Amino acid sequence: MVVLASVFIFLGLVFLLIAAIGMVRLPDVYTRSHAVGLTDTWGAFFMLLGLALYQGFSLNAVKILVVLILLLFLGTVISHATVRAALRSGLKPWSKVQE
Amino acid sequence: MRETLLFVAFFIVILIVVYLYRVIQGPTVFDRVLGLNGISTKSIILLVLIGTIYERVDMFIDISTGYALLNLVGSLAVAKYLEHRGSA
Repeated sequence: MVVLASVFIFLGLVFLLIAAIGMVRLPDVYTRSHAVGLTDTWGAFFMLLGLALYQGFSLNAVKILVVLILLLFLGTVISHATVRAALRSGLKPWSKVQE
Repeated sequence: MRETLLFVAFFIVILIVVYLYRVIQGPTVFDRVLGLNGISTKSIILLVLIGTIYERVDMFIDISTGYALLNLVGSLAVAKYLEHRGSA
């Protein structure tokens, strides 16, 4: 059980690392939010799943799963809201040829 | 097992510093909002992680739940405000 938990935790860590790399490397708000919104949620999902497994079968594990589900809804709503605000306020998406 | 959790927590702190770079560097204000959202998600994970390290999980989970909801409301308010103010 503990080995499975650590596998999930490190898998979540890999996703969080990808999100950080995506956050720094990508040129524009839209591409960044695409990368970060996705991998952040997944990273949090696996990390919290691993921690819940580490707790074994107890009330704490259920509580961690509640946080996990909350985070799933939360991540998508927030990234959607910020990108829609960016689009609405007239931010042009990045294109390779700078006109 | 505690050492690996400690290592994971330390690694997440490094990732938070990377996000902080984006918040400071970000050309438009939306990069900053995105960075802050990322940092708050990471700090929620860090909270639960520290809870498991100190074996007092139930207290830390309630804190992270509250913080997650707080962050939701804050980010939506910022997004709603920036929508009309324009990306100056």
